[in-house]
Amino acid sequence: MQDIDIVDLKKISEFIFQKYQYDFRNYAMSSFKRRVQRILELKKLTVDGLIKKLTETPSFINEFLDELTVNVTEMFRDPSFWRIMREEIIPAILLNHKQFKIWHAGCSSGEEVLSMSILLKEMGILDSVQLYATDLDTTILERARSATYSLKNMELNEKNYIRFQGAGSLTDYYKVENGYAVFNKDLLANVNFRKHDLVLGEAFNKFDLILCRNVMIYFNQTLQNDVLKKFHESLFKYGYLAIGSKESLIWCDYANRFIVVNNEEKIYKKIKD
Amino acid sequence: MSMFNLNNSYKAVVIGGSAGSFQGVVKILSQLPKGFPLPIIMALHRLKHVRHGFVEALSLKSVVQVVEPDDKEPLKKGGVYLAPANYHLSVELGNNFSLSTEEMMNNSRPAIDITLGSCAYVFKDKLIGILLSGANKDGALGMKYIKDRGGMTIVQEPSECMIETMPKAAMAVTQIDHVLKVDQIIEFFKELDKQYK
Ligand SMILES: C[S@@+](CC[C@H](N)C(=O)[O-])C[C@H]1O[C@@H](n2cnc3c(N)ncnc32)[C@H](O)[C@@H]1O
Repeated sequence: MQDIDIVDLKKISEFIFQKYQYDFRNYAMSSFKRRVQRILELKKLTVDGLIKKLTETPSFINEFLDELTVNVTEMFRDPSFWRIMREEIIPAILLNHKQFKIWHAGCSSGEEVLSMSILLKEMGILDSVQLYATDLDTTILERARSATYSLKNMELNEKNYIRFQGAGSLTDYYKVENGYAVFNKDLLANVNFRKHDLVLGEAFNKFDLILCRNVMIYFNQTLQNDVLKKFHESLFKYGYLAIGSKESLIWCDYANRFIVVNNEEKIYKKIKD
Repeated sequence: MSMFNLNNSYKAVVIGGSAGSFQGVVKILSQLPKGFPLPIIMALHRLKHVRHGFVEALSLKSVVQVVEPDDKEPLKKGGVYLAPANYHLSVELGNNFSLSTEEMMNNSRPAIDITLGSCAYVFKDKLIGILLSGANKDGALGMKYIKDRGGMTIVQEPSECMIETMPKAAMAVTQIDHVLKVDQIIEFFKELDKQYK
Protein backbone atom coordinates (compact mmCIF):
# COMPACT_ATOMS: atom_id res chain seq x y z
CA MET A 1 0.00 0.00 0.00
CA GLN A 2 1.23 3.51 -0.82
CA ASP A 3 2.08 5.43 2.28
CA ILE A 4 0.74 8.93 2.07
CA ASP A 5 1.26 11.69 4.58
CA ILE A 6 -0.80 14.47 6.02
CA VAL A 7 0.42 16.97 3.46
CA ASP A 8 -1.02 14.78 0.69
CA LEU A 9 -4.31 14.37 2.53
CA LYS A 10 -4.58 18.12 3.03
CA LYS A 11 -3.80 18.71 -0.61
CA ILE A 12 -6.57 16.35 -1.70
CA SER A 13 -9.23 17.64 0.70
CA GLU A 14 -8.35 21.27 -0.11
CA PHE A 15 -8.58 20.56 -3.83
CA ILE A 16 -11.97 18.83 -3.52
CA PHE A 17 -13.29 21.66 -1.42
CA GLN A 18 -12.20 24.35 -3.91
CA LYS A 19 -13.26 22.51 -7.03
CA TYR A 20 -16.32 20.52 -5.95
CA GLN A 21 -17.52 22.09 -2.69
CA TYR A 22 -17.35 18.99 -0.57
CA ASP A 23 -15.55 19.50 2.67
CA PHE A 24 -13.51 16.58 3.99
CA ARG A 25 -11.01 18.85 5.73
CA ASN A 26 -12.35 17.94 9.14
CA TYR A 27 -12.83 14.23 8.63
CA ALA A 28 -11.05 11.91 11.06
CA MET A 29 -7.57 11.46 9.69
CA SER A 30 -7.10 7.71 10.15
CA SER A 31 -10.12 6.54 8.17
CA PHE A 32 -9.85 9.34 5.59
CA LYS A 33 -6.26 8.27 4.95
CA ARG A 34 -7.24 4.63 4.50
CA ARG A 35 -10.05 5.58 2.12
CA VAL A 36 -7.75 7.70 -0.02
CA GLN A 37 -5.12 4.96 -0.06
CA ARG A 38 -7.77 2.48 -1.09
CA ILE A 39 -8.84 4.64 -4.04
CA LEU A 40 -5.25 5.18 -5.13
CA GLU A 41 -4.73 1.45 -5.09
CA LEU A 42 -8.02 0.62 -6.82
CA LYS A 43 -7.44 3.16 -9.57
CA LYS A 44 -3.66 2.70 -9.71
CA LEU A 45 -3.05 6.39 -9.19
CA THR A 46 -0.59 8.58 -7.35
CA VAL A 47 -1.80 11.56 -5.30
CA ASP A 48 -1.04 13.94 -8.16
CA GLY A 49 -2.58 11.50 -10.62
CA LEU A 50 -5.77 11.50 -8.57
CA ILE A 51 -5.94 15.28 -8.53
CA LYS A 52 -5.30 15.37 -12.26
CA LYS A 53 -8.07 12.86 -12.89
CA LEU A 54 -10.49 14.82 -10.73
CA THR A 55 -9.54 18.00 -12.59
CA GLU A 56 -9.92 16.59 -16.08
CA THR A 57 -12.86 14.24 -15.54
CA PRO A 58 -15.58 15.97 -13.49
CA SER A 59 -17.86 12.94 -13.78
CA PHE A 60 -15.31 10.96 -11.74
CA ILE A 61 -16.29 12.88 -8.61
CA ASN A 62 -19.40 10.76 -7.93
CA GLU A 63 -17.47 7.53 -8.16
CA PHE A 64 -14.77 9.10 -6.01
CA LEU A 65 -17.30 10.10 -3.33
CA ASP A 66 -18.86 6.65 -3.39
CA GLU A 67 -15.47 5.05 -2.74
CA LEU A 68 -14.38 7.65 -0.22
CA THR A 69 -17.41 7.31 2.02
CA VAL A 70 -17.86 4.21 4.14
CA ASN A 71 -21.24 2.75 3.25
CA VAL A 72 -21.13 -0.49 5.25
CA THR A 73 -24.47 -0.95 6.99
CA GLU A 74 -26.98 -3.59 8.18
CA MET A 75 -30.69 -3.89 8.81
CA PHE A 76 -31.55 -3.77 12.52
CA ARG A 77 -27.93 -3.10 13.38
CA ASP A 78 -27.70 -3.51 17.17
CA PRO A 79 -31.06 -5.27 17.67
CA SER A 80 -31.26 -4.03 21.27
CA PHE A 81 -31.29 -0.46 19.93
CA TRP A 82 -34.28 -1.26 17.75
CA ARG A 83 -36.12 -2.89 20.63
CA ILE A 84 -35.69 0.30 22.68
CA MET A 85 -36.97 2.28 19.69
CA ARG A 86 -40.10 0.13 19.54
CA GLU A 87 -40.71 -0.20 23.25
CA GLU A 88 -39.69 3.21 24.58
CA ILE A 89 -38.81 5.95 22.14
CA ILE A 90 -41.56 5.70 19.52
CA PRO A 91 -44.26 5.17 22.19
CA ALA A 92 -42.92 8.26 24.01
CA ILE A 93 -43.22 10.33 20.83
CA LEU A 94 -46.72 8.96 20.18
CA LEU A 95 -47.89 10.19 23.58
CA ASN A 96 -47.77 13.73 22.24
CA HIS A 97 -47.95 13.41 18.48
CA LYS A 98 -50.17 11.25 16.34
CA GLN A 99 -48.07 12.19 13.34
CA PHE A 100 -44.36 12.83 13.39
CA LYS A 101 -41.16 13.08 11.38
CA ILE A 102 -37.92 11.09 11.43
CA TRP A 103 -34.63 11.96 9.75
CA HIS A 104 -32.07 9.30 8.86
CA ALA A 105 -28.91 11.33 8.36
CA GLY A 106 -26.26 9.34 6.49
CA CYS A 107 -28.70 6.61 5.47
CA SER A 108 -26.25 4.83 3.16
CA SER A 109 -27.92 2.04 1.14
CA GLY A 110 -31.12 2.34 3.15
CA GLU A 111 -31.06 -0.65 5.50
CA GLU A 112 -31.58 1.57 8.52
CA VAL A 113 -34.59 3.34 6.97
CA LEU A 114 -36.14 0.04 5.94
CA SER A 115 -35.67 -1.27 9.46
CA MET A 116 -37.55 1.77 10.75
CA SER A 117 -40.34 1.33 8.18
CA ILE A 118 -40.76 -2.30 9.15
CA LEU A 119 -40.78 -1.39 12.83
CA LEU A 120 -43.42 1.30 12.23
CA LYS A 121 -45.48 -1.02 10.07
CA GLU A 122 -45.45 -3.66 12.78
CA MET A 123 -46.61 -1.00 15.24
CA GLY A 124 -49.40 -0.12 12.80
CA ILE A 125 -48.32 3.50 12.39
CA LEU A 126 -46.31 3.54 9.17
CA ASP A 127 -48.84 5.90 7.54
CA SER A 128 -48.50 8.47 10.31
CA VAL A 129 -44.79 8.99 9.99
CA GLN A 130 -42.89 11.06 7.47
CA LEU A 131 -39.35 9.80 6.96
CA TYR A 132 -36.42 11.67 5.44
CA ALA A 133 -33.35 9.71 4.43
CA THR A 134 -30.31 11.67 3.34
CA ASP A 135 -26.75 10.99 2.31
CA LEU A 136 -23.92 12.80 0.61
CA ASP A 137 -23.27 9.92 -1.76
CA THR A 138 -25.74 9.93 -4.68
CA THR A 139 -24.68 6.49 -5.89
CA ILE A 140 -25.59 4.93 -2.57
CA LEU A 141 -28.88 6.87 -2.44
CA GLU A 142 -29.91 5.23 -5.70
CA ARG A 143 -29.28 1.87 -4.12
CA ALA A 144 -31.33 2.90 -1.10
CA ARG A 145 -34.25 3.90 -3.34
CA SER A 146 -34.15 0.53 -5.09
CA ALA A 147 -34.43 -1.32 -1.74
CA THR A 148 -32.65 -4.23 -3.39
CA TYR A 149 -29.93 -6.16 -1.60
CA SER A 150 -27.76 -9.12 -2.40
CA LEU A 151 -28.90 -12.33 -0.74
CA LYS A 152 -25.47 -12.69 0.80
CA ASN A 153 -26.25 -9.70 3.03
CA MET A 154 -29.68 -10.99 3.97
CA GLU A 155 -28.31 -13.66 6.26
CA LEU A 156 -27.07 -11.06 8.72
CA ASN A 157 -30.19 -8.93 8.29
CA GLU A 158 -32.37 -11.93 9.10
CA LYS A 159 -30.32 -12.71 12.19
CA ASN A 160 -30.63 -9.15 13.41
CA TYR A 161 -34.38 -9.13 12.75
CA ILE A 162 -34.79 -12.30 14.81
CA ARG A 163 -32.84 -10.76 17.67
CA PHE A 164 -34.97 -7.64 17.33
CA GLN A 165 -37.92 -10.01 17.88
CA GLY A 166 -39.96 -8.66 15.00
CA ALA A 167 -43.60 -9.59 14.64
CA GLY A 168 -43.16 -11.89 11.69
CA SER A 169 -40.36 -12.99 9.45
CA LEU A 170 -38.18 -10.65 7.44
CA THR A 171 -39.09 -12.68 4.35
CA ASP A 172 -42.62 -11.25 4.67
CA TYR A 173 -41.21 -7.99 3.37
CA TYR A 174 -39.24 -8.99 0.30
CA LYS A 175 -39.27 -11.17 -2.79
CA VAL A 176 -36.26 -12.87 -4.26
CA GLU A 177 -35.62 -11.76 -7.84
CA ASN A 178 -32.54 -12.75 -9.84
CA GLY A 179 -30.61 -13.56 -6.70
CA TYR A 180 -31.54 -10.30 -4.98
CA ALA A 181 -33.86 -9.50 -2.12
CA VAL A 182 -36.26 -6.84 -3.40
CA PHE A 183 -38.21 -5.17 -0.63
CA ASN A 184 -41.83 -4.21 -0.89
CA LYS A 185 -41.91 -0.61 -2.13
CA ASP A 186 -44.92 0.22 0.06
CA LEU A 187 -42.46 0.33 2.93
CA LEU A 188 -40.81 3.33 1.31
CA ALA A 189 -43.98 5.21 0.34
CA ASN A 190 -43.45 7.79 3.09
CA VAL A 191 -39.70 8.01 2.70
CA ASN A 192 -38.21 11.09 1.13
CA PHE A 193 -34.71 10.24 -0.11
CA ARG A 194 -32.56 13.21 -0.87
CA LYS A 195 -28.99 14.29 -1.19
CA HIS A 196 -27.83 16.30 1.79
CA ASP A 197 -24.37 17.16 3.04
CA LEU A 198 -24.12 17.32 6.80
CA VAL A 199 -20.98 19.44 6.63
CA LEU A 200 -21.93 22.22 4.21
CA GLY A 201 -25.70 21.72 4.08
CA GLU A 202 -28.17 23.67 6.19
CA ALA A 203 -30.86 22.36 8.50
CA PHE A 204 -33.87 21.79 6.20
CA ASN A 205 -36.76 20.71 8.42
CA LYS A 206 -37.77 19.99 12.02
CA PHE A 207 -37.93 16.48 13.40
CA ASP A 208 -39.16 14.49 16.36
CA LEU A 209 -36.40 11.93 15.97
CA ILE A 210 -33.05 11.98 14.20
CA LEU A 211 -30.93 8.90 13.63
CA CYS A 212 -27.33 9.56 12.73
CA ARG A 213 -25.57 6.33 13.47
CA ASN A 214 -22.00 5.55 12.50
CA VAL A 215 -21.62 8.71 10.46
CA MET A 216 -19.96 11.16 12.83
CA ILE A 217 -17.26 8.59 13.66
CA TYR A 218 -15.75 9.69 10.34
CA PHE A 219 -15.54 13.31 11.55
CA ASN A 220 -13.04 14.94 13.87
CA GLN A 221 -14.27 16.58 17.06
CA THR A 222 -14.55 20.06 15.56
CA LEU A 223 -16.86 18.77 12.88
CA GLN A 224 -18.84 16.59 15.27
CA ASN A 225 -19.46 19.71 17.27
CA ASP A 226 -20.69 21.67 14.23
CA VAL A 227 -22.95 18.87 13.08
CA LEU A 228 -24.44 18.44 16.54
CA LYS A 229 -25.47 22.11 16.36
CA LYS A 230 -27.32 21.38 13.12
CA PHE A 231 -29.09 18.43 14.68
CA HIS A 232 -30.02 20.58 17.64
CA GLU A 233 -31.51 23.13 15.26
CA SER A 234 -33.35 20.38 13.35
CA LEU A 235 -35.02 18.88 16.41
CA PHE A 236 -38.22 20.04 18.06
CA LYS A 237 -37.79 20.65 21.75
CA TYR A 238 -37.99 17.23 23.47
CA GLY A 239 -37.10 15.54 20.19
CA TYR A 240 -34.70 12.57 20.19
CA LEU A 241 -31.27 12.05 18.70
CA ALA A 242 -29.81 8.56 18.29
CA ILE A 243 -26.14 8.03 17.45
CA GLY A 244 -24.08 4.86 17.06
CA SER A 245 -23.65 2.63 20.09
CA LYS A 246 -19.95 3.52 20.44
CA GLU A 247 -20.27 7.25 19.80
CA SER A 248 -20.47 9.97 22.38
CA LEU A 249 -21.64 13.56 22.56
CA ILE A 250 -20.01 14.41 25.86
CA TRP A 251 -17.11 16.28 24.31
CA CYS A 252 -19.38 18.60 22.27
CA ASP A 253 -20.34 22.17 23.29
CA TYR A 254 -24.03 21.51 22.73
CA ALA A 255 -24.09 18.36 24.85
CA ASN A 256 -25.64 20.26 27.76
CA ARG A 257 -28.73 21.01 25.70
CA PHE A 258 -29.47 17.30 25.61
CA ILE A 259 -30.09 14.69 28.28
CA VAL A 260 -29.22 11.04 28.02
CA VAL A 261 -32.33 8.92 27.60
CA ASN A 262 -30.53 5.63 27.11
CA ASN A 263 -26.79 5.49 27.65
CA GLU A 264 -26.32 1.95 26.42
CA GLU A 265 -27.96 2.69 23.06
CA LYS A 266 -26.80 6.32 22.90
CA ILE A 267 -30.20 7.97 22.66
CA TYR A 268 -30.42 11.63 23.66
CA LYS A 269 -33.25 14.12 24.07
CA LYS A 270 -33.12 17.83 23.34
CA ILE A 271 -34.22 19.70 26.45
CA LYS A 272 -33.01 23.25 25.76
CA ASP A 273 -33.32 25.46 22.70
CA MET B 1 18.89 -9.87 32.84
CA SER B 2 18.47 -6.86 30.57
CA MET B 3 17.90 -8.85 27.42
CA PHE B 4 15.61 -6.27 25.87
CA ASN B 5 17.73 -3.11 25.77
CA LEU B 6 14.86 -0.83 26.72
CA ASN B 7 14.53 2.87 27.40
CA ASN B 8 11.74 5.17 28.47
CA SER B 9 10.94 6.75 25.12
CA TYR B 10 8.01 4.48 24.30
CA LYS B 11 4.53 6.01 24.19
CA ALA B 12 2.24 3.01 23.67
CA VAL B 13 1.96 -0.76 23.41
CA VAL B 14 -0.34 -2.37 20.87
CA ILE B 15 -1.35 -6.04 21.01
CA GLY B 16 -2.98 -8.16 18.32
CA GLY B 17 -4.38 -11.62 18.82
CA SER B 18 -6.83 -14.14 17.49
CA ALA B 19 -7.62 -17.80 18.02
CA GLY B 20 -5.77 -19.05 21.08
CA SER B 21 -4.68 -15.64 22.32
CA PHE B 22 -7.29 -15.14 25.02
CA GLN B 23 -5.43 -17.04 27.79
CA GLY B 24 -2.21 -15.25 27.00
CA VAL B 25 -3.83 -11.83 27.09
CA VAL B 26 -5.55 -12.63 30.38
CA LYS B 27 -2.25 -13.74 31.87
CA ILE B 28 -0.38 -10.66 30.68
CA LEU B 29 -3.06 -8.31 32.00
CA SER B 30 -3.23 -10.10 35.34
CA GLN B 31 0.49 -9.61 35.91
CA LEU B 32 0.86 -6.12 34.60
CA PRO B 33 3.08 -4.04 36.89
CA LYS B 34 1.02 -1.71 39.10
CA GLY B 35 0.91 1.76 37.61
CA PHE B 36 2.27 0.62 34.25
CA PRO B 37 2.64 3.97 32.52
CA LEU B 38 1.81 3.35 28.85
CA PRO B 39 -1.54 2.88 27.21
CA ILE B 40 -2.09 -0.67 26.00
CA ILE B 41 -4.26 -0.92 22.90
CA MET B 42 -5.62 -4.32 21.94
CA ALA B 43 -7.22 -5.55 18.74
CA LEU B 44 -8.40 -9.10 19.28
CA HIS B 45 -10.56 -11.06 16.88
CA ARG B 46 -14.00 -11.58 18.36
CA LEU B 47 -17.57 -12.35 17.46
CA LYS B 48 -18.90 -9.50 15.36
CA HIS B 49 -22.35 -9.28 16.83
CA VAL B 50 -21.74 -9.91 20.48
CA ARG B 51 -21.32 -6.54 22.10
CA HIS B 52 -21.12 -7.69 25.70
CA GLY B 53 -19.10 -10.13 27.73
CA PHE B 54 -15.66 -10.04 26.18
CA VAL B 55 -14.33 -6.92 27.84
CA GLU B 56 -15.80 -8.07 31.16
CA ALA B 57 -14.07 -11.44 30.81
CA LEU B 58 -10.75 -9.73 30.10
CA SER B 59 -11.19 -7.33 33.01
CA LEU B 60 -11.94 -10.04 35.52
CA LYS B 61 -8.32 -10.78 36.36
CA SER B 62 -6.72 -7.71 34.86
CA VAL B 63 -4.80 -5.32 37.10
CA VAL B 64 -6.39 -2.45 35.19
CA GLN B 65 -10.02 -2.38 34.05
CA VAL B 66 -10.18 -2.92 30.29
CA VAL B 67 -12.18 -0.33 28.34
CA GLU B 68 -13.82 -0.47 24.93
CA PRO B 69 -13.31 3.16 23.97
CA ASP B 70 -16.03 5.32 22.50
CA ASP B 71 -15.28 7.17 19.31
CA LYS B 72 -12.88 10.11 19.95
CA GLU B 73 -12.21 9.05 23.51
CA PRO B 74 -8.80 10.37 24.63
CA LEU B 75 -6.03 7.84 25.37
CA LYS B 76 -4.95 7.84 28.97
CA LYS B 77 -1.57 6.86 30.35
CA GLY B 78 -1.87 3.38 31.71
CA GLY B 79 -5.28 2.80 30.14
CA VAL B 80 -5.97 -0.65 28.73
CA TYR B 81 -8.18 -0.57 25.65
CA LEU B 82 -9.94 -3.17 23.54
CA ALA B 83 -11.35 -2.70 20.03
CA PRO B 84 -15.16 -3.02 20.33
CA ALA B 85 -17.17 -5.65 18.47
CA ASN B 86 -17.86 -4.87 14.81
CA TYR B 87 -15.67 -1.73 14.73
CA HIS B 88 -12.13 -1.08 13.60
CA LEU B 89 -10.14 0.83 16.18
CA SER B 90 -7.60 3.52 15.22
CA VAL B 91 -5.60 6.16 17.00
CA GLU B 92 -5.67 9.76 15.75
CA LEU B 93 -2.79 12.22 15.83
CA GLY B 94 -4.44 14.22 18.62
CA ASN B 95 -4.05 11.16 20.89
CA ASN B 96 -7.64 10.03 20.80
CA PHE B 97 -9.30 6.94 19.41
CA SER B 98 -11.56 6.72 16.44
CA LEU B 99 -13.84 3.92 15.38
CA SER B 100 -14.89 2.88 11.92
CA THR B 101 -17.27 0.47 10.24
CA GLU B 102 -15.16 0.12 7.09
CA GLU B 103 -15.27 -3.18 5.21
CA MET B 104 -13.85 -6.18 7.00
CA MET B 105 -10.13 -6.65 6.49
CA ASN B 106 -8.65 -10.15 6.51
CA ASN B 107 -12.21 -11.25 7.22
CA SER B 108 -12.15 -9.33 10.47
CA ARG B 109 -13.69 -6.29 12.09
CA PRO B 110 -11.90 -5.28 14.25
CA ALA B 111 -8.88 -5.93 12.02
CA ILE B 112 -5.50 -6.07 13.72
CA ASP B 113 -3.72 -4.57 10.70
CA ILE B 114 -5.84 -1.42 10.97
CA THR B 115 -5.15 -0.85 14.66
CA LEU B 116 -1.45 -1.65 14.33
CA GLY B 117 -1.14 0.48 11.20
CA SER B 118 -2.74 3.55 12.73
CA CYS B 119 -0.68 3.20 15.92
CA ALA B 120 2.48 2.92 13.84
CA TYR B 121 1.53 6.07 11.96
CA VAL B 122 0.91 8.07 15.12
CA PHE B 123 3.59 6.72 17.48
CA LYS B 124 6.32 5.91 14.92
CA ASP B 125 9.44 4.59 16.73
CA LYS B 126 7.80 5.12 20.12
CA LEU B 127 5.60 2.06 19.70
CA ILE B 128 5.87 -1.57 20.79
CA GLY B 129 3.78 -4.07 18.83
CA ILE B 130 3.00 -7.54 20.14
CA LEU B 131 1.33 -10.23 18.05
CA LEU B 132 0.00 -13.37 19.69
CA SER B 133 -1.50 -16.69 18.63
CA GLY B 134 -3.93 -16.71 15.72
CA ALA B 135 -5.18 -18.64 12.72
CA ASN B 136 -4.90 -16.09 9.93
CA LYS B 137 -2.51 -13.46 8.59
CA ASP B 138 -4.15 -10.40 10.09
CA GLY B 139 -1.55 -8.38 11.96
CA ALA B 140 1.43 -9.39 9.81
CA LEU B 141 1.26 -6.24 7.67
CA GLY B 142 0.59 -4.19 10.77
CA MET B 143 3.80 -5.49 12.33
CA LYS B 144 5.62 -4.55 9.17
CA TYR B 145 4.28 -0.97 9.41
CA ILE B 146 5.50 -0.82 12.98
CA LYS B 147 8.98 -2.04 12.05
CA ASP B 148 9.17 0.21 8.99
CA ARG B 149 8.44 3.22 11.18
CA GLY B 150 11.11 2.26 13.69
CA GLY B 151 8.96 0.64 16.38
CA MET B 152 9.72 -2.54 18.29
CA THR B 153 8.15 -5.84 17.22
CA ILE B 154 7.45 -8.86 19.41
CA VAL B 155 5.63 -12.07 18.56
CA GLN B 156 4.58 -14.95 20.73
CA GLU B 157 6.87 -17.94 20.32
CA PRO B 158 5.13 -20.05 17.64
CA SER B 159 5.77 -23.34 19.49
CA GLU B 160 3.80 -21.98 22.45
CA CYS B 161 0.87 -20.75 20.32
CA MET B 162 -2.30 -22.73 20.05
CA ILE B 163 -2.23 -21.65 16.39
CA GLU B 164 1.04 -20.33 15.06
CA THR B 165 -0.13 -18.91 11.71
CA MET B 166 -0.31 -15.32 12.87
CA PRO B 167 3.13 -14.87 14.46
CA LYS B 168 4.69 -16.90 11.66
CA ALA B 169 3.08 -14.68 9.03
CA ALA B 170 4.54 -11.63 10.74
CA MET B 171 7.99 -13.25 10.93
CA ALA B 172 7.79 -13.90 7.21
CA VAL B 173 7.14 -10.29 6.20
CA THR B 174 9.21 -8.25 8.62
CA GLN B 175 11.99 -8.26 11.17
CA ILE B 176 10.81 -9.33 14.60
CA ASP B 177 12.88 -8.03 17.48
CA HIS B 178 11.85 -10.59 20.07
CA VAL B 179 10.17 -13.97 19.86
CA LEU B 180 8.86 -14.60 23.37
CA LYS B 181 6.71 -16.90 25.44
CA VAL B 182 3.88 -15.32 27.37
CA ASP B 183 5.91 -15.51 30.61
CA GLN B 184 8.75 -13.65 28.93
CA ILE B 185 6.31 -11.03 27.64
CA ILE B 186 5.26 -10.54 31.25
CA GLU B 187 8.94 -10.06 32.19
CA PHE B 188 9.26 -7.65 29.31
CA PHE B 189 6.44 -5.51 30.70
CA LYS B 190 8.10 -5.50 34.12
CA GLU B 191 11.39 -4.39 32.71
CA LEU B 192 9.73 -1.75 30.56
CA ASP B 193 7.89 -0.47 33.61
CA LYS B 194 11.19 0.01 35.48
CA GLN B 195 12.45 2.38 32.80
CA TYR B 196 9.76 4.84 33.81
CA LYS B 197 10.14 4.67 37.59
C1 LIG C 1 -21.34 3.72 7.77
S1 LIG C 1 -22.63 4.54 6.93
C2 LIG C 1 -23.91 4.57 8.18
C3 LIG C 1 -25.15 3.84 7.77
C4 LIG C 1 -26.17 3.63 8.87
N1 LIG C 1 -26.57 4.88 9.47
C5 LIG C 1 -25.69 2.63 9.89
O1 LIG C 1 -25.43 2.99 11.05
O2 LIG C 1 -25.56 1.44 9.57
C6 LIG C 1 -22.07 6.22 6.85
C7 LIG C 1 -22.78 7.06 5.79
O3 LIG C 1 -22.53 8.45 6.05
C8 LIG C 1 -22.46 9.12 4.81
N2 LIG C 1 -21.78 10.41 4.96
C9 LIG C 1 -20.46 10.64 5.14
N3 LIG C 1 -20.23 11.97 5.16
C10 LIG C 1 -21.41 12.59 5.01
C11 LIG C 1 -21.82 13.96 4.95
N4 LIG C 1 -20.93 14.95 5.04
N5 LIG C 1 -23.13 14.22 4.77
C12 LIG C 1 -24.03 13.22 4.67
N6 LIG C 1 -23.71 11.92 4.71
C13 LIG C 1 -22.41 11.60 4.88
C14 LIG C 1 -21.73 8.14 3.92
O4 LIG C 1 -21.95 8.39 2.55
C15 LIG C 1 -22.28 6.79 4.39
O5 LIG C 1 -23.32 6.35 3.57
